[in-house]
Formats: sequence, C-alpha cells, structure tokens
Amino acid sequence: MKNLTAVSRLLRRSSRSLFDRRSNLTFLGAFCSSSSGLSYKSLQTCEQFTQDDCFHKKVMSKRIYFLRGYGVGIQSNGLRTHHRSLASIASTPERNKSFATINSDDISYFKKVLGERGVIQDEEKLDDANTDWMRKYKGSSKLMLQPRSTQEVSQILDYCNSRCLAVVPQGGNTGLVGGSIPVYDEVIINIGSMNNILSFDKVSGILVCEAGCILENLISFLDNEGYIMPLDLGAKGSCQIGGNVSTNAGGLRLLRYGSLHGSVLGLEVVLANGTVLDMLGTLRKDNTGYDLKHLFIGSEGSLGIVTKVSILTPPKLSSVNVAFLACEDYLSCQKILLEAKRKLGEILSAFEFLDINAMDLVLKQLDGLRDPLPSSKHNFYVLIETTGSMESHDKEKLEAFLVQAIESGLLTDGVVAQDINQASSFWRIREGVPEALLKAGATYKYDLSLPPEKMYDLVEEMRGRLGAAANVVAYGHLGDGNLHLNISTQQYDDNILSKIEPFVYEWTSKQRGSISAEHGVGLMKASKIHYSKSAETVQTMAAIKKVLDHNGILNPYKVLPTSVLSESGGQEPKKES
Amino acid sequence: MKILVAIKRVVDYAVKIRVKPDKSGVETSNVKMSMNPFCEIALEEALRIKESGRASEVVAVSIGPAQCADTLRTGLAMGADRAIHVEYPGTLYPLSVAKIFKSLVDAEKPGLLLLGKQAIDDDCNQTGQMIAGLLKWPQGTFASKVVLDEQNKVVTVDREVDGGLETLSLDLPAVITTDLRLNQPRYATLPNIMKAKSKAIKKLSPKDLNVEIRSDLEVVQVTEPPKRKAGVILSSVDELIDRLKNEARVI
Ligand SMILES: Cc1cc2nc3c(=O)[nH]c(=O)nc-3n(C[C@H](O)[C@H](O)[C@H](O)COP(=O)(O)OP(=O)(O)OC[C@H]3O[C@@H](n4cnc5c(N)ncnc54)[C@H](O)[C@@H]3O)c2cc1C
Repeated sequence: MKNLTAVSRLLRRSSRSLFDRRSNLTFLGAFCSSSSGLSYKSLQTCEQFTQDDCFHKKVMSKRIYFLRGYGVGIQSNGLRTHHRSLASIASTPERNKSFATINSDDISYFKKVLGERGVIQDEEKLDDANTDWMRKYKGSSKLMLQPRSTQEVSQILDYCNSRCLAVVPQGGNTGLVGGSIPVYDEVIINIGSMNNILSFDKVSGILVCEAGCILENLISFLDNEGYIMPLDLGAKGSCQIGGNVSTNAGGLRLLRYGSLHGSVLGLEVVLANGTVLDMLGTLRKDNTGYDLKHLFIGSEGSLGIVTKVSILTPPKLSSVNVAFLACEDYLSCQKILLEAKRKLGEILSAFEFLDINAMDLVLKQLDGLRDPLPSSKHNFYVLIETTGSMESHDKEKLEAFLVQAIESGLLTDGVVAQDINQASSFWRIREGVPEALLKAGATYKYDLSLPPEKMYDLVEEMRGRLGAAANVVAYGHLGDGNLHLNISTQQYDDNILSKIEPFVYEWTSKQRGSISAEHGVGLMKASKIHYSKSAETVQTMAAIKKVLDHNGILNPYKVLPTSVLSESGGQEPKKES
Repeated sequence: MKILVAIKRVVDYAVKIRVKPDKSGVETSNVKMSMNPFCEIALEEALRIKESGRASEVVAVSIGPAQCADTLRTGLAMGADRAIHVEYPGTLYPLSVAKIFKSLVDAEKPGLLLLGKQAIDDDCNQTGQMIAGLLKWPQGTFASKVVLDEQNKVVTVDREVDGGLETLSLDLPAVITTDLRLNQPRYATLPNIMKAKSKAIKKLSPKDLNVEIRSDLEVVQVTEPPKRKAGVILSSVDELIDRLKNEARVI
C-alpha cells in the first residue's frame, strides 16, 4: 500500500504536464510574442517558477522579459521607427520651460533616498520605459526612479516639486494613449517595485495591495482564495493595479462587475508636493465629506501617484461558459445583446464583438490560433460569457438561448466551449486583437463610447472615407457601448490622419459619445477633451489640478490642454510635515 | 463498421488540482469537470474515420456517476451517433472498466475500440491494454497516426516511442489508444449541440453487464507533490560565488 501511494503521488502531475507540453507547443509562439501575458497556459508555466513570498517579483521579472523579447521582435521588423515624430507631432505642445533639468546633485539625492538600485540610468532600460506599448510615442527621459515604499515616493515627489522637475508616473506601461511615457525629459517614476499584497479578507473579499502589483498576479493570488478581480483585460500580464486605477480601466468584465469607481473602496495617494493622502478605507459605505478617491480614479497620474489600493473582489463562481458566435449583420449583434440581457441577465458576464476585419487580422497575425467557425466567413463575431454557480443550470440556460437565437436567424453559427482550454482559446481571439494590430504595422486607435445602435455607422463611414488606404478594424465591449475603432496602416501618415481626425471626434461629439471610453486621454487626446466635456467642466478640472499640483509637475502635457492649464490660477496648499 | 469510443469525465485539465484536507483524494466538489483530453482525441479520430466513409457508426461510452451524462452530451455534440452510460457512483479501477468494456463489446460488436492512452486524473494508462488482453484483440497504444484499411481488415498505427516512431499493422477488430499529437479535436457547434439533444443515451449498470465491481487496491493517502523552493536573485557574481561556496557547498 505504501508503494502505491508513493507512485500515485509521483504521477499526479505527470500526464497533466505532458498535456501542457502539447498545448505549449501551439501556445508557445503566442506566449513568447505576447506582451499581454496570456491565459491559463502561461500561468501554469509560470507557476513552476513562483513561490509564496517571492511570488510577485518572480512573475513580474518573467513578464517583463517577455515584453522585452517582444520589443526585440518588433525592432527587427523595423517598426521601431514609427515614433511620435511620424505619428502626430502637430498636437504635441512645446516643452514647458519652467521645468528644471536633472543635474548630478539630483542624482545623488535620489540615490541617497532610493539606493543605487532604485535609480536607473541604464540606456536600454530607459529606452523601454521611454517607449509606449504601441511604439507610437517616445520620450527622452534620462532617469527612472523605482521607489519601494510610500515614504520613498513622498520624498522624491517632494524633492522634484521643490526643484520643479517634471515627472511621469508609470505602471506597466501598457497604456494606449501615450500617457505613461515622458513627452520630453520628465523623470519616470515607476511603481513596479511596490508589489506587495497587504491584506485579504476572506469574508468580505476586500483586497488591499500596493499599486505596483501586476493584475495577473492579483488574479492568481485571488484564485487560490476563491475570488476574482472585478476587472480583467488583455494586458493583464503586464499592467498594474495602480495603472488600472489611474486609467479607470474598463475591460472585459465591466458589464457584470461595474467600473472601478464602484469596486475601488480606498486609495493611498501621494500628491505632487509629497503629501500622503490616506484614503485607504475598506468600507463599503462611508459618506464622510467629499469622496476624494474618485478624483484619482481615472486621472492618469496627473493629480497624484497611487501607492496603495483597496478593492472589493467578487467570489469566484464555479460555472463559466463561453460561446463564440457569428452574426451576418450589425443589427443582429444588437438584438442578440438585448436578448442576452433579458434571457441570461443574472449570469451574463461578458459580451464582446469583433467584425470580420478584426477576426481576419487576428487569425493572420497571431500564431497558434484557429478559427472556431472555419466552415465559412461571417461579418460579425460575438463572444458571450456567462458566470454562475450551477453548471447544469447555466449551460441549459445558455444553450436554450443560443438555440432560439439560431432558430430565429439572429445567429448564423456558433460554438460553445466544452472545457476551459476551449474557453481560453475563444478569449484569446478577442484579447489578441490589440496585439495583432501592433504586429500589422501602425494603428490609429480610437476608444469611443457611443449609443450601440449608432456605433457601427461610424465604422462604415470611416471605411468610405479611407477606401483602400487603410484597414478599418472594429471590435470592443459591445455590452458597454464601447467601440474600439482601429485604423491599421503600413506606417503613420499625416495624409491618412487628416482624413480620420477631426472627423472621428466630431462624429462622436455629435452623438454625445465619449472620445475616451476607457483608455483615458493621455497625450493623444489632451487637446481634444472639449469634444466630450464642456468648457466650464474642463476649467474646473484645471482648477483642481492647480490645487493638487501647483507647479504642474505631474504628468505634464497630458489629460488637459496646456492652454487651459496656463490660464487657471490657484494657491499652493501648505504641506504639513 | 461500428467504432466504440471510451470517454472519461475528469477534473478539467486547466484547473489547479487541490487535495482534500483529509488527504482522502482530490477535491472535486465545485470543480469544473470536462472530458479527458485524450478521450477527446480518441473521439475526434473516430469521427474522422466515420466522415471518411470507413465507419458507419460512432458510439461513445462513459462509465461513472450520473454527471457522466453531461460528458456524453459533449461527445454527442461533437458528432457521436449515440451514447451508452454505464452508471456507477463509486471508485472504479482500470480492471473493472476493462471488464465492463469487454461485456459491452460482446453486445455491440464494434470493429474498432478507441480510448485515450490515459486519463489525466489517475494517470493509470492501463485500461486499453487490459481490454485488449481480455478480448484477445491486437492493440496499438500511444497512436499518433491511424490509417484504416477496412477492405483488408487491417489498421496501421504509428506509435510514439522513446526512440522515434514505431509503425504497427493490426488485424481488425483492434484496440487503439490515442496520444496527443494524433489530431486536434473539433469544437461543439450550435447545430450539433441541437442535434445532440435528440440523440439517445442508453443507461446500463455494471450488473446489467454481469460485471462485479471490486478491487484489490485501496488508496491510503493522497498528498501534494513537495513545493519547489523559491529562487533568489543575487546582486553580484561575488555574492553568487560566496553562496555557492558557503551555502550550497558545491565549489
Ligand atoms: C493588449 C492590451 C489590452 C488592453 N485592454 C484594455 C481594456 O480592455 N480596457 C481598458 O480599459 N484598457 C485596456 N488597455 C489599456 C489600459 O489602459 C492599460 O492596459 C492599463 O489600465 C494601464 O495600466 P498600466 O499599469 O500599464 O499603466 P501605464 O500604461 O503605465 O500608465 C497608464 C496611465 O496611468 C498613469 N499611472 C500608472 N501607474 C500609476 C500610479 N501608480 N499612480 C498614478 N498614475 C499612474 C500613467 O502616468 C499613465 O497616465 C489595454 C492595453 C493593452 C496593451
């Protein structure tokens, strides 16, 4: 009997890992070339390297390695040359002359506070941190700081403020609007070393952690506790919770769990002058005074640096079903959405769509993917996910819904994942679109909130305007009325840009849509904010910015138009010490 | 010719396995269960043989608790023509399963029996071999390629062995167990899921098949494999040499 036990223990993992090996054969290509970190498979590979307390650092260094690997691949494709100079130099403001430049005294001070390890001047590392994920924007910072505690963040900000050194807070640098990289020589403050989980309450599901925790690490930490993060997005392998909060990232689960304004319960933030705002509550209800944390959710590092986050996490439910479906026209996609809300209401957890151009692009650009509906091409694809607590009930419900939809002609075809592996390969298609666009060349990205019934008209108009000059790709969070309109070209070309902008913004504004649904404003849209916000609103934002960051050192040139900022006055708040 | 395919319901391979606190086995309550990946490959192969016109019927068989019916539904949605569920709620070991299959083969008279080479839960890798032994049929295990010649009543099987590939020619009827690289299983499409709803699942008990379930094996304890110790990142070569000398004592 003893022997039997021993043998069964040895073999416990063997065929699983054997099976993984096969999967990894097909997934390896995708994994290595993915900066989005990927799904279950990549997590499993990482598990072998990870261990309790060392867990976060380890996974992070691995991820970064892959991200870099990708960068190299891109370089050899010659894509690195598409930088801001080619993208949209016209909209970039001049360097603000009131900002100081770094001198050797500054460096010695930073080394004194952070130690040698926290002060990065290495060219290669700086090159990565100066370049955004799309390789569209490039700054020229000569210094990156990596604080390890709130205290350190406070000290360096206080110093930068007194010296009038501009800074750019940086998380995982996966932002898509040029917000996370310096425009000129701003000091990069990277929060990645602050990656500890501080507490988790198993009963309430409230997680408190440092801002540099990578989203995917939080997801796998919670998985062990039987919980999930209320947000999920394709960049999970690299993006950080502090970055997510600062961009108010939406992602794939917003439909079910709402925005971060609902799930973030508290924040710790350091202001430009080093003041630490402790708003790290863990209460669901707290109506004492102004709820200032909301100012920092989505302010893209322009009001303060987020150092700690308290977030309400939903329990992990055991039954997840994913269907990948085909529709012939956009009207059917909308009708399916309506039906899904009615018939799957309480279990619906995601409703995503891709058009045929997006689908073709993903299948062409990414390795290891296969068309789930290979028998014919379809104009639209919809991914539906349900999450519930009873497999048989959920499956029956989903299948009944789908059968009815196919019988009524709303759907032309579809597949339902029978296991987790199949579910993740459907997700991989949807999550792989940004990466496929990146591989295809230059992309003009627009992230719009629009009334769902109007959404696709814009795509068609855009195709009409651009003709064969560009590939107009549409996908997004249909369930949230969020369209990702991407115009993919060989390289950035001002001629094409002039056909897209301001048309796309004007069109959106006319529908009372938003020119930034979830990616933020960043550098890309700072001068465009008026398309979605009234002059008075923007003025008020500028006044708040002035109060919290008198010298404007935090993420300059981003979020608000420089013209509005220079107009507004204000008093610098006294810092208590 | 009829093909019989064995299908086992197991903990989904993407799920992180947890051992029950009392160490009596693996936690399966509230855990996603799916078709054993190797069985999925066996079923796919059977369907491809049928689609190429070399077989007339594919019958999926699962032995186990009531929920195996869900797994059989998946098999039917993939394209199996009908299913047989031998319901048994308790623990089953390969020899009992093999005996049940022998009895089913006697009744169904298939020309080919396809199984996964092993199930990812108990990793036994015995059932196919035991059935072949009981039936006195030729067997091709770990198949990575299957070519059926029904006119001459032979099947050629490529096997992945340590040194490379071994090619066997088996007289039909035969038992084949499938390896990973044999094929890529299809998805269950909506039209097929709909069709599957009207396909029959025949329920039997081991008793109906005159098989008595008993085992000489008893699981004493199930434990997790020892955790790998975390590595450390050192800051300099000197520190590395120091650690190798004084801590690991390897240089
Ligand atoms: C493949 C891919 C898929 C994506 N999918 C989605 C999606 O579905 N939904 C969605 O909303 N977004 C999506 N995004 C973009 C999304 O905004 C970012 O991925 C993420 O939220 C940013 O996190 P980050 O840590 O990378 O932040 P960064 O890119 O480093 O920074 C983003 C902004 O936040 C600021 N910032 C970062 N950290 C801090 C901090 N600690 N304190 C203050 N300011 C900070 C930066 O200054 C910058 O302005 C996607 C991006 C990629 C590459």
